[in-house]
Amino acid sequence: MTQGIVSDPEVPAAVVAADERRAERTDRIVGLVQRQGALAVLIVVVLIATASFPNFRSFDNAGTILVAAAPPALIALGMTFVIITGGIDLSVGSLYVLGGVVSAYASKWGLLPAFLVPLAVCGLIGVVNGLLIAYTRMAPFIVTLAALLGARGLMRALSDEGSTTYLVTNDAFRSFGTGSFLGIGYPVWLVVVVFALGMVLLSRTRFGHAVYAVGGSEDAASLMGVAVRRTKVWVYVMSGLLAGLAGAINAAKLGSGVTVLGTGMELDAIAAVVIGGTLLTGGAGTIAGTIAGVLLLGVIQNMINQVGNVPSSYQQVISGAFLAVVVVAQTYLVKFRRVT
Amino acid sequence: MTTEAATAPRPALDLARVRAWLPKYGVYVAILVLVGYNVLFTPNFLTLSNLRIQLVQVAPIVIVALGMALVIGTEGIDLSVGSVMALAAALIPLYLGYGVVAAILMSLVAGVLVGLVNGTLVARVGLQPIVATLALFVGGRGLALVISNGQLKDVRNEDLIFLGSGNLFGIPMLVWIAALLVLVVAFVVRRTVFGRRLLAIGGNRPATELAGVPVKRVLITVYVVCSVLASIAGVLAVARIQSSDASAVGLLIELSAITAVVVGGTPLTGGKVRVLGTVAGALLMQLVVATMIKHNLQPSTTEMVQAVIILIAVYVARERKSR
Repeated sequence: MTQGIVSDPEVPAAVVAADERRAERTDRIVGLVQRQGALAVLIVVVLIATASFPNFRSFDNAGTILVAAAPPALIALGMTFVIITGGIDLSVGSLYVLGGVVSAYASKWGLLPAFLVPLAVCGLIGVVNGLLIAYTRMAPFIVTLAALLGARGLMRALSDEGSTTYLVTNDAFRSFGTGSFLGIGYPVWLVVVVFALGMVLLSRTRFGHAVYAVGGSEDAASLMGVAVRRTKVWVYVMSGLLAGLAGAINAAKLGSGVTVLGTGMELDAIAAVVIGGTLLTGGAGTIAGTIAGVLLLGVIQNMINQVGNVPSSYQQVISGAFLAVVVVAQTYLVKFRRVT
Repeated sequence: MTTEAATAPRPALDLARVRAWLPKYGVYVAILVLVGYNVLFTPNFLTLSNLRIQLVQVAPIVIVALGMALVIGTEGIDLSVGSVMALAAALIPLYLGYGVVAAILMSLVAGVLVGLVNGTLVARVGLQPIVATLALFVGGRGLALVISNGQLKDVRNEDLIFLGSGNLFGIPMLVWIAALLVLVVAFVVRRTVFGRRLLAIGGNRPATELAGVPVKRVLITVYVVCSVLASIAGVLAVARIQSSDASAVGLLIELSAITAVVVGGTPLTGGKVRVLGTVAGALLMQLVVATMIKHNLQPSTTEMVQAVIILIAVYVARERKSR
C-alpha cells in the first residue's frame, strides 16, 4: 500500500528499510482498525446492551436479532460484491419484495419451487442489470434505479396492484421459516452457509480476485487478462439472487408475501456494507466487516426496542448519526494511511 | 452561413448528427409526441383544469430536481432531499405560532444546515457524495418524525394555503414559484461565475483546484442550494396538502428528482447541467403517468414503462468514451 519510498541515492539503505518497516506497521494497524472497526464497535455496543438491558442477554433475544438480521444480511452480502467492483445496486429492495411475493405464490407447488422461482425471477433481473452495466457503459446507479422501478411494477402487477397477498400454504416451507435447529432458526443456518460460501468465493477463488481487481482499476484488470465484463455481470446476478433468497426467507417467516415492505432496504444494505469497512470507491472490503455492519444495525434496533417507549424514529436518527461517524472516521483512516 | 457548411456533402440521414442531436432534444421530442397523442386520443386532456393539475403535481419535483441537477453537475448526488422536505414540513406547524414568515424561515434554515453538513462531508472530509448524503437520508426523516412526534398536523393558515392552492393571473402559485426558481437557476448556471465554477468542478476537479477556484466553498454552496430548494419544496408540499406529515412528505422524491435530471440529459459524470432539460424530464415523467392513468393502466404498468424510459434516455445520452 505504501508507495512513497523511492530509491534515493542520498539516503542510506538501512534508513530506508527502517522507514519502510515503520510505515508498514502503521499501515497494518490502521488497516486493521479500518477493516475490523465495525466489529470492535459491535462488541462494545453488545457489552453496553448486555449491561443495561436484562432482556438483551437472553438466548431468545439473540435468536430474535439473528433471525431479523437474516434477510438484510443476505442483501448486504450481494451488495458487498457489487460495491467492491465499484458499482452499486439500488434494485435489491424491490427484488426483495418481489422475491417474497413470488415465493409465497410458488409455495403452493412445493418447497423447492418456493425457493427456486424467486431465485430465477430475481436472478434474471440481475442478469439484465449486469448486462446493461457491463456492456453499455451506463451508470450502475441509473440502471439499477430503473430496475428498482421495474421490479416494483412487476411485483404490483403480480399482486393485483398490491391488493392480493399470497399466503404460504406449504407446511414444509412455513416450518423452514419458523422452525429451528439447536435452538437457532433455520434461516440463520442458511445465512451462515451462504456467507461461508461468499467468503470462500471472495477470498479464495479467481472470481474473488477478479472482483477486487475490477474495483481497483478496470483498465489494469483488463490488461491483466481479467474478464471485466463477465465479472461485472456475475456480481449483479449474485446480488439479484441473494435479494430473491432474502425475500423467500421473509415469506417463509411471515407466512405470506408482503407487498409493502422493502422501501429503503437497498440503502440500509449500503449503510451496513459501508459501516463494515467496504469502500464505495471499490477495490477493497471484507465480508466479515459486512456481517459486523449488519449485526450492528440490528443490535441498535434491538436496543431501541428494549428501551420500550422510544419511538422507532430514534432508531433512524441513531443509525444515521452512526453511519456519519463511521464513514468520517474511515475516510480519515484511509487518508492517514496514504500519508504515512 | 459559412461556406464550408454549404459545400459539405449532406447525406440524407446522417447518423452521427442524429446521435449528437438526440440526447439534447430527445426529451422535448418525447414530450411533443406524448402531448400530441393525448390531444388526439385522450378525452379532456386539453382542459385548463387538467393542465393545472399536472403542473401543480410536477412543481415540487421540478424544484427538488433543480437542486439535484446542480449537485449532479459537480459529479455529486444528494440522497437526502426527501428527508429535508420532511424536516421542513415538520418545522412548519412548530413555528407557525410566530407567523408564516418565521415558520418558512425556520424551514429554510433547516435546509441550510443540512446542506452545510452534506457539503462539509463532501468537500472538506472528502466523503463520496452518495455516502455523505446517505447519513442524512437515514437520519433526517427520523429527526423530522422526532420533531413532529410522528403525528400528522393540520396546517390551516390563510397565507400558507394561498401559497399552496392560490392563483395569480389564473396560474397556480406553485407554478409561478417553480418557474421563477427555474429561471434563477438557469441564469446562475449560464451567466454567473459561480455557475462556471460549478461546471468546472464537475468537469475536472483537480484542474479547477489548480486554477485557483475555491472548490470546497463552491461545493458546500451547491449542497446548501440543493437542500434549500428541497426545503422550499417541503414548505410548498405542506401548503398544498394543508397538513404536515413527516412520514409521507418527500418520500422517494430523490429518485424522481434524479430521474428528471438524468432523463433531461444531464450526465451523472458531471461538468454539464441542463436546467431546461431537467424541467422537461420532470414533465415527461409526469405526462407518462398522467397518460397511463387516463387510459386506466395500472400503476404497475406505469412503473415498468418509467423504468424503460429511464434506460432509453440514459442509453441515448451515455458517454461514448470511457472516462
